[in-house]
Amino acid sequence: MQITVDAEKCCGAGQCVLVAPEVFDQRDEDGVVVVLDATPPADQHALVEEAAQVCPAAVITLS
Amino acid sequence: MTQTPVAPPALTTQRASGCPFDPPPSKTALLESEPISRVSLWNGATAWLVTRHADQVTLLRDPRISADNRRPNYPSMSAASEATRDQIRAFINMDEPEHNAERRKFTGDFTIKRMRALTPRIEQIITDLLDAMEEAGPPTDLVTSFALPLPSLVICELLGVPYSDHAFFQRNSAVMVDTRSTSEAALAATKELGAYLGDLVESKVANPADDLLSRLATGYLKPGHSTKRQCANEALLLLVAGHETTANMIALGTCALLQNPAQLAAVRDSDPARVANAVEEMLRYLTITHMGRRRVATADIEVGGQLIKAGEALICSGDTANRDPEVFQDPYTLDIDRQARQHLAFGSGPHQCLGQNLARVELQLAYPALLRRFPGLRLDVPLEEIPFRTEMAVYGVHSLPVAW
Ligand code: SF4
Repeated sequence: MQITVDAEKCCGAGQCVLVAPEVFDQRDEDGVVVVLDATPPADQHALVEEAAQVCPAAVITLS
Repeated sequence: MTQTPVAPPALTTQRASGCPFDPPPSKTALLESEPISRVSLWNGATAWLVTRHADQVTLLRDPRISADNRRPNYPSMSAASEATRDQIRAFINMDEPEHNAERRKFTGDFTIKRMRALTPRIEQIITDLLDAMEEAGPPTDLVTSFALPLPSLVICELLGVPYSDHAFFQRNSAVMVDTRSTSEAALAATKELGAYLGDLVESKVANPADDLLSRLATGYLKPGHSTKRQCANEALLLLVAGHETTANMIALGTCALLQNPAQLAAVRDSDPARVANAVEEMLRYLTITHMGRRRVATADIEVGGQLIKAGEALICSGDTANRDPEVFQDPYTLDIDRQARQHLAFGSGPHQCLGQNLARVELQLAYPALLRRFPGLRLDVPLEEIPFRTEMAVYGVHSLPVAW
């Protein structure tokens, strides 16, 4: 699994951090998403998929 | 012979008697019968009412729908909101790229880390309020003794608004969100509150403190990136939104838990992780933003087999989406252990609620603290006598008489 995010369009809602805190974080100054691990281990995949799904701005892409 | 066109049914906020936690049955029935249908609004205008979860997520994420309330067909919810729509122009009524640029002035103040760091302070506020309740003894109105002062104190500290002025801004905020307010009253309340907040931001240019309005003052007003009016508008939005929403979630949520004793006991006795899950379910089940997300299509959009034409208004009703059986099994049951994270209580798309993680922290701390302090908490009047906020922009209860 490879994660890419469109940080330009991120609205800083933090849903991704709530769902998968080991994979996503937010920048302190503007709340924009930070990917901590762009190729997360298998045990994180389900959470990352859920994070991508609940991201309101739909900026998390998985491949 | 000419046929008189039949006016579509009126959009209602009226709930079935005895079911104060379920959306109006005429709206939820549309999930099955006509998920995207025409409705008429208070002023005779019409809009598309979008009831299903999937269609709402699609639309709210679509850049071709506009949140700009200056557009001619923008569906306002009352004469009061119609009268004030060009008065309050804050990021929630802007489109990209303006919206995100404006919103990012505040996103750093609402990150999950920052909100969690507020925990000790929020716990202290909760303890103080519960102490005062206990000292005064039963009965009490939970809205005035706990549900409203808690988020009010928190948002005032965050923004840097003196809480001692709370009677003033709570009164004006209530007029602004009451759909029964006259245009004149709503306009006056908006202007008064706007002037107060504009002056407050301005005063922080010279005397900044560690609060959000000070950051607005020094980072945007002082260097001329924002006008006083813009700062006042954003401050107004944050103050009003910070008041009405969480306060009603606390009071209405407590009322719902009192009707569901097993769920109440689980919220009271569980660890923080289970309580956090319970809060998502409460947000889903109650969906206090019962007027829906209001938008205008800027292009022809086909969704759910329906063509929405450019210029037409649409309303995404989060309350019906949160009862959509396609997404939530047994949606009319409050089940704090269900997985409800995909609820639309905070909306979806780039406008999804900025303050959602503050609300989460407040609710995760407030419910268990209240229930642990008063294990014998009960309604002091029959449920039928509770005044529900059917006519307010945010649903909830006007008062909640409780005893213990
Ligand atoms: S959920 Fe989406 S919009 Fe929100 S912070 Fe994460 S990536 Fe950004």
